[in-house]
Amino acid sequence: MNFQAIQGEGWLLTKAEQLINWGRSRSPWPFPYGTACCGIELMCALASGYDMARFGAERVAFTPRQCDVLIEAGTITKKMVPVLKRIYAQMAEPKWVIAVGACACTGGVFRTYSTQQGIGSVIPVDIYIPGCPPRPEGILYALLKLIDKIEADHPLYKQRQKVVEALEAGK
Amino acid sequence: MAREIETVCITTGPAEVGDYVTLNIGPIHPAMHGTLRVITKTDGETIISAEPEIGYLHRGVEKLGENLTYKQFLPLTDRLNYCSAICNNVAYELAVEKALGIEVPEKAQLIRTIMMELARIADHEVLVGILGVDLGALTPFFYLIIQREEIYEIFEWHHGARLTNSMGTIGGVEADLPDRFHQKWPKMRDTIRKANDETDRLLTHNRIWMDRTIGVNAFCADDALNWGFTGPMLRACGVKRDLRKDEPYLMYDQFDFEVPTGKHGDVFDRYMIRMLEMEESIKIIDQAYAMYQKLPEDAPLMKKVPKIIKPPEGQIYHAIESPNGELGFFIKSDGTDKPYRIKIRPPCYMVYQAFGELVQGEMISDLIACLSSINVIAGELDR
Amino acid sequence: MSLKERIKECLEEDLLELTEFRGDLCVEVPKNRVLEVMSKLKKEAGFDFLSDVFGVDNLDLYAAKAKKAKKKTGEEEEEEPKKKEPPPPRFEVMYLLLSLSTNERLQVKVRVPEDDMDVPSVTGIWRSATWPEREAFDMFGFRFKGHPNLRRLLMWDEFEDHPLRKDYPLEGKGEERHLNYDTV
Repeated sequence: MNFQAIQGEGWLLTKAEQLINWGRSRSPWPFPYGTACCGIELMCALASGYDMARFGAERVAFTPRQCDVLIEAGTITKKMVPVLKRIYAQMAEPKWVIAVGACACTGGVFRTYSTQQGIGSVIPVDIYIPGCPPRPEGILYALLKLIDKIEADHPLYKQRQKVVEALEAGK
Repeated sequence: MAREIETVCITTGPAEVGDYVTLNIGPIHPAMHGTLRVITKTDGETIISAEPEIGYLHRGVEKLGENLTYKQFLPLTDRLNYCSAICNNVAYELAVEKALGIEVPEKAQLIRTIMMELARIADHEVLVGILGVDLGALTPFFYLIIQREEIYEIFEWHHGARLTNSMGTIGGVEADLPDRFHQKWPKMRDTIRKANDETDRLLTHNRIWMDRTIGVNAFCADDALNWGFTGPMLRACGVKRDLRKDEPYLMYDQFDFEVPTGKHGDVFDRYMIRMLEMEESIKIIDQAYAMYQKLPEDAPLMKKVPKIIKPPEGQIYHAIESPNGELGFFIKSDGTDKPYRIKIRPPCYMVYQAFGELVQGEMISDLIACLSSINVIAGELDR
Repeated sequence: MSLKERIKECLEEDLLELTEFRGDLCVEVPKNRVLEVMSKLKKEAGFDFLSDVFGVDNLDLYAAKAKKAKKKTGEEEEEEPKKKEPPPPRFEVMYLLLSLSTNERLQVKVRVPEDDMDVPSVTGIWRSATWPEREAFDMFGFRFKGHPNLRRLLMWDEFEDHPLRKDYPLEGKGEERHLNYDTV
């Protein structure tokens, strides 16, 4: 690719970004990390009745390597924290995280010795959903918000910055 | 207790030669229901030994209970068995009422019964659906989850929450049955029956289903009693024991219903018992609803209880038949407004501790079937 | 014959205390006689099902009682401080028994002092005690003698405290779990 095209806000780059965003936002494959009560509501959201597949979350990936969105539904205890970190590390880029429910957001009612007070301190979270548990509509709304976020993203920008930095360092 | 035991014990010794492979399943595994972990030692596909590890959802509910008042603890009971939260609520309410020495009015008892049996149907529907999903039959899950949504709708009308219900309070229930319930129930009864019938036709005589479930981890009744099994797991082994019949609480002694039992204690029997119990639950709701309609409209819903609940010093244990088995609450009171010690006796905890023995000598794929048929709910398992 | 009389006849001198509250019977037995008492209850009295085993920490209960007693005596007159009796055993292990034939329930209580946490394990009589005893070890620190696999159950293995003891704070002492993947 021409150096000029990468450096400027060229036509090729922006169109390519749009194409990538279109592809990513139409197929956010979820990884259902349901640990507690919210997992049941997540199940309802995935099943008939609410049908999350309408918004592109068609294929529920049961392995972290093949998913885009980690839907963390339920309490994370201190015993579970290393597992959660590892699952997040296993996911391929790009990856997003939705924290479902009060426990995942802040620890909720369980302010005790064994509960992690919110997963935000362990892994980066994109969308928080309050509620104990949130309704399936809440989970669908969060997915739509995430799609908006993906569409506003600049996936090639970071890539370009890296190339520019490398070229400048090489001069 | 009438014991109709036909003992079928599968005995398998360890393989004599060969290296065993240690296989870790869970805690995050699609078939491990969230937070369960089993460390198995396998010879090929055969399980030599399996050791479950729990505690990945230990949230300190019992310690939290010691620091909350009696009424504040009620919402936490929802989060134990979240598939049938109402049974947990009522179990806790009944335990505190026993400590206080009060009995709630008849109308409140009937409303509790109706809601509990609806919760039992919802719980069993999830179990059958998930058991199907884990064995590769996805369609019944979609049929059953629609019925579950309908039941959730009734819960929502009555006390405003779908899943974590916090139904009622100590001393009764706050609200009468919603008006819409009276129109909804006769129709819903038929749709539940229809969905169950469809599931039955899809699964019960299905060749694949029968191959995957019949004779898989059969368990004999004496072992089951020794391991502390209760509920459908024990009834599948052929022991006719149901706390609704044996130690009646609420008004269960006035209802006419059967207690289905199995013979071999295998996955198929557990599935069949749950299917039959749903039908019995519908019968109980019908009877309770008929009794409810005979009561005057302004019959009391609440017993007068003091605003701050302070049971006298002492300790009580009260158990009810939850969808999974005997769910008991032990409460030790020291005369203050907070319980001194709360111990929950979760039903699936006792079953799951025998898991190593249940799956020994089976295939790895049967381990998944066994786990689904136990209905292990991590919330009440770890508390 | 009522349950009370049958229990009295069955246990004889092993029965230290028998209390009744709202119809729930609770018997206290000496710690070193647990196994004999349990097998007697199982064989002679028909309590063939063990529902649960768990611990109770009585630290706060004794503290509240002492406070109350102090208040009472303080109001009356200033007395010479009495000679201190040895404190009652801090912990209790509770066993919930059930008779499947008669549907009667019985609570069996064993008092355990803090300096001697050894309790005989009943896993040889009922296998259902396996995990509850592990949990009681985890939460209170009882050492069940004869238990086949006495490890922590709910907390992770490196955890040091016993969370359900009354002197352990509700929000913990800031323990974190770290896994070393290289060694596991």
